[in-house]
Amino acid sequence: MNTENNVKTLIVKKPLKLDCGKTINEFPIAYETYGSLNEKKDNAILVFHALTGDQFVTGQNPITKKDGWWSYAVGPDKAIDTKKYFVICANVMGGCMGSFGPSHEDPNTGTAFGTNFPVITINDMVNAQYNLLDHFGIDKLFSIAGGSMGGMQVLQFISNFPDKAKTVIPIACTSSHSAQNIAFNELGRQAIAADSNWKDGDYSSKNTIPNKGLAVARMAAHITYLSKKGLQEKFGRKLQEREDLKFGFDADFQIESYLRYQGSVFVDRFDANSYLYITRAMDYFDLAKQFKGNLSDAFRDTKAKFFIISFTSDWLYPTQENKDIVIALNSIGANVGFVEIESDKGHDSFLLDVPDFLSALKNFLDKSYTEN
Amino acid sequence: MKNEFQVIAELIEKDKKVLDVGCGDGILMEFLKNNKNTNIRGLEISKSKVQECIAKGLTVIEGNAEKDLKQFPDKSFEYVVLSQTLQAFLNPELVINELLRVGKKAIVTIPNFGYWRVRLHLLIKGTMPITKTLPDEWYNTPNIHMCSIKDFFYFAKSRNIKIFKSLAINNQNVSTINDSNLTIKNFFADLGIFLIEK
Repeated sequence: MNTENNVKTLIVKKPLKLDCGKTINEFPIAYETYGSLNEKKDNAILVFHALTGDQFVTGQNPITKKDGWWSYAVGPDKAIDTKKYFVICANVMGGCMGSFGPSHEDPNTGTAFGTNFPVITINDMVNAQYNLLDHFGIDKLFSIAGGSMGGMQVLQFISNFPDKAKTVIPIACTSSHSAQNIAFNELGRQAIAADSNWKDGDYSSKNTIPNKGLAVARMAAHITYLSKKGLQEKFGRKLQEREDLKFGFDADFQIESYLRYQGSVFVDRFDANSYLYITRAMDYFDLAKQFKGNLSDAFRDTKAKFFIISFTSDWLYPTQENKDIVIALNSIGANVGFVEIESDKGHDSFLLDVPDFLSALKNFLDKSYTEN
Repeated sequence: MKNEFQVIAELIEKDKKVLDVGCGDGILMEFLKNNKNTNIRGLEISKSKVQECIAKGLTVIEGNAEKDLKQFPDKSFEYVVLSQTLQAFLNPELVINELLRVGKKAIVTIPNFGYWRVRLHLLIKGTMPITKTLPDEWYNTPNIHMCSIKDFFYFAKSRNIKIFKSLAINNQNVSTINDSNLTIKNFFADLGIFLIEK
């Protein structure tokens, strides 16, 4: 995968102490920006991507040549209007789009880190990305926003840097990964590890790629991003380019063919070890635990305005888990709004064309910005 | 803005922290924010109404007063407003207790079931009353716990809830209710507004 071209990279010189105890020096953070930073530098929005996202939020992704992962929400005149706002997004640490990750070369061995890469956390990710504020000379972000793991980073960021954002938008996320979330992630990791091409994570020096394992991981995860109703309506029991069942194990059903396709295109753009590291970071995320079990304490020092959004058919990060964040904020009198959007598109709703969601996001941002 | 909201707004001093329970499309919230510099929050059960509030730049939480008031700490608002919704709850007493726990004071308005038109409707027609403030049929009304101004008065007394101010609204006329004129106001007012504390 060529990530050299078209990738803007900030080399962070300041040492970063990771939660695992190790300290890293001179590491790259790959990022992309959209729109322009105004003179007062008060129109910047830091967007955080989810598990398999990257810094290419909107427009054509120069590496994959596909639309950016949040093209419905971000762009000129869209909910996050790039005519008005300066949008920054960084590839997370542990990722495979240019930021410091397991496919980088380990100076001690001369080969890729693989599983010698330190285990990183959501906290490490946001601490690394914080360096972008200094890089752009931004004292305070107008907003931070993200869905799923992006939402977890939003929560961690405002907890770590309480006066660095005016508005805070965690979407379809949780303050603590549930047993079910961990279980699905473990399924994905085990699928990768079971691929004989994985070679205990050392596949790049052995010139193999654990494509099959990674594809299965993606297929399983993809199901969790959709709702039963959405799947049933889109696929039902429809057959794939055939009149009748073939009494074999080919993809008879459209849903099978669809999942196989999702798995196969994913392996072209994603690294198996990155998948292991990022899912691990999600599983370790438990913001309340960082504050002796009191989630409210995570937000006690911030005056930011929160807007929390969940989706009716999201069973991966259900409304109640989003509401728990609202409750923690209300119990300390924080400024928090909340809406649950009606959608049958499951967890993926935040990435899709869901008009009620996009208009709520736009209205919240634009109204908050004029209050400046 | 309707007369009821004018009256409520007059009861609230400038620069206060206020929660509007069942805030609807946020008309009262917007007025308080713009005219009284109120630090205003809303709780609303309808998704579309929440969306309207967001479009107005108001901070609103989608939720149900019977379940979701408990997340607010004791006395975290100076005023909690409940406009014409008390009668729609399964357990109005519990909601009143929650309003008085969350707010230092509460402002509660009720459509008066003792209003003469309501009484006359039932007396003459023998069917469930339909008026301007109670427009629904019995089978589709959200109002399951109707009460009169007098009922609310007696209820407050029996629960040791202090009534600071009670006002009767009849069309555009606003007047004060007290012990001596209670029976008359209960007959002529279609809406009662109470400023209470516990």
